[in-house]
Amino acid sequence: MEYFLQQLINGLTLGSVYGLIAIGYTMVYGIIGMINFAHGDIFMVGAFVALIAFILFALTSIALPIVLILVLLIAMVFTACYGWTVEKLAYKPLRKSFRLAPLISALGMSIVLQNYVQAAQGARIKTLQPVIQGGFNFFKESDFVVTLSYLQIFIVLVTIVLMSIFTLLITKTALGRAQRACEQDRTMTALMGINVDRTISMTFIIGSSLASVAGVMFVMYYGVIDFYIGFLAGIKAFTAAVLGGIGSIPGAMLGGLLIGLIETFWSGYISIEYKDIAAFTTLVIVLIFFPTGFLGKPDIEKV
Amino acid sequence: MGKELIQKSLKDSLFTGIIALALFGPIVGLRTVAKNEVLIVEPKWLVVLLIVIFCAVGRFFINLYTFKKEQRRGEPSSLGKAISNFLDEKGAQIAIGAIVFSIIFPFMPFADRYWMDIAIMMMTYIMLGWGLNIVIGLAGLLDLGYVAFYAVGAYSYALFAIHFGWSFWICLPLAGLFAGMFGILLGFPVLRLRGDYLAIVTLAFGEMIRILLLNWYELTKGPDGLTGIPRPSFFGLPFKRYPDEGVETFHTFFGMEYDPMQRIIFLYYLILILALVTNAFTIKIRRLPVGRAWEALREDEIACKSLGVNPRNTKLTAFAVGAMFGGFAGSFFATRQAFISPESFTFIESAIIVAIVVLGGMGSQTGVVLSTIFLIGLIEVFRDFESYRMVAFGGAMVLIMIFRPRGILAKRKPTITMGKQG
Repeated sequence: MEYFLQQLINGLTLGSVYGLIAIGYTMVYGIIGMINFAHGDIFMVGAFVALIAFILFALTSIALPIVLILVLLIAMVFTACYGWTVEKLAYKPLRKSFRLAPLISALGMSIVLQNYVQAAQGARIKTLQPVIQGGFNFFKESDFVVTLSYLQIFIVLVTIVLMSIFTLLITKTALGRAQRACEQDRTMTALMGINVDRTISMTFIIGSSLASVAGVMFVMYYGVIDFYIGFLAGIKAFTAAVLGGIGSIPGAMLGGLLIGLIETFWSGYISIEYKDIAAFTTLVIVLIFFPTGFLGKPDIEKV
Repeated sequence: MGKELIQKSLKDSLFTGIIALALFGPIVGLRTVAKNEVLIVEPKWLVVLLIVIFCAVGRFFINLYTFKKEQRRGEPSSLGKAISNFLDEKGAQIAIGAIVFSIIFPFMPFADRYWMDIAIMMMTYIMLGWGLNIVIGLAGLLDLGYVAFYAVGAYSYALFAIHFGWSFWICLPLAGLFAGMFGILLGFPVLRLRGDYLAIVTLAFGEMIRILLLNWYELTKGPDGLTGIPRPSFFGLPFKRYPDEGVETFHTFFGMEYDPMQRIIFLYYLILILALVTNAFTIKIRRLPVGRAWEALREDEIACKSLGVNPRNTKLTAFAVGAMFGGFAGSFFATRQAFISPESFTFIESAIIVAIVVLGGMGSQTGVVLSTIFLIGLIEVFRDFESYRMVAFGGAMVLIMIFRPRGILAKRKPTITMGKQG
């Protein structure tokens, strides 16, 4: 029971990270119907920006809460620039092209980002000293002590706050309305006087910022990153997006939590070597039996 | 050149400079290095400054000279059109010329060990490209996990050859058969998925195979890889300087001096023949009912269904045949390297093969050759700049997609037309 509880806590934390990345996939898929293959690498760039920022702030004597907020903001701003540029360079010229072209271009962009970071920052893994330490311990009398660290609380809290802001943004503001309109019919939206290009750019900026927050959390939680983390995290987050129903934003968060839980329970109870297989198997099973996910709309094939 | 244009361009290039600063500032400008186990930041502002100036100035001149000059994207540019027209008209002669050239290539004066190795590598990729072309180009199924079949072929060849001591010519078809069976096994559940979902699932399968190879230590020796894979022999005559007692070798049989190049040249012809067989098979099968069904399915699945073509079985054959050729190429890889490990079968290999097929112009056999020469050549040219070569590679993928989304040879001649071809 205690062990189960611990896995549950770890899984929810990991799931928050996946959920934040998954939102980027689902938004882009909803609005322009493509799998943004480079999104995982955007997350990786976010983690690197956060790492650099943490190292720089460690030299100063700013209080920890302010450092955290600053790092989050810095990572969001710089990573958003990456998302915006990738869209402008690699996807916008291909918007009217045939279906596989953006996917190939995204694949190329993913290779570029990975190797660019490798060239600029070196191929070795980077280790960050723990930023937030300590936590609550439960069941101290039993033989398995359940730990809920402050870091985990922080991660879940930040995710909840961001999700609330983000939901408000989508449901209540003009930008969110424009986005939802673009999802339904881009030509019609343009006729209504909405700048479709700008709306798509904003989608990428928001998606990348959320991914960068996931990057900040990842580097804090694991303390170890390299240029390759984006690939696996990207696939898992994509799985999360599909599981929740691609195109659906609450679905992405739900899917993220589920994938986090599946992965943690799999490595906790079955086999840690094959933990990535768990995510891949889930992806395959979901796509075969369940292609619309939990909250997705069924896809009607038109002739 | 109006004043307004210059002003506009200046503004835009300033903006580009700011964006470039934001992009390259932290990642390039602040390199993290480990010093005494602790990471510190090493500033590199000069590099950033140069990059930013380069971006801004470049943008300025692009703006000045091509501002508002609308070029319709997606249409083959005149150069591309000229190339594909040329290839269409002279296609047969060029193909024969290319084959003749590749046959006499090992005897060219400049063909030393280095060139032969590159030629063998390119031939392997051409073969993989042609194999994948059946899946992507003909049947229109984007397979991002093709390297899985390559791996299955390589590992099954290696395991058969090591444990049973069977010769190359027995193991090769077995490896192909195995890879083809894997193709059916993996393809069966997923082939009804739509294009991009299929791509992701095949990618997942590719990674699953790699993780399996990495962790199934009893069979695959995990990350250590399999060593001592037997080299191929020339119809039973091994290429060895000091053969075992009583064994005739290639050089003694033909009364030649021993030269390590003999083995390399033999390997080259081996892969050349394998690749040409793949090509001949593809050209032939395009004219058979199943090949026609693949192409029809690629164009319109619903129309095919209503005409009584079973999409799943048709796709499955394409998947299996493509996988089989991947398996052949894999066993060649294993015998050439004499050592295989999961390291050689990462996702990036799949991406390279997909890039070769798509950038060549899907379905075009000549396109595969051209893009292999271009892409593998690009990687080779950048060999001395280890970490930048994949950046150049990815960049080339994006650029070709933007300027020629249908690939280098965009024009696809229909395999069959009604009446006279016009």
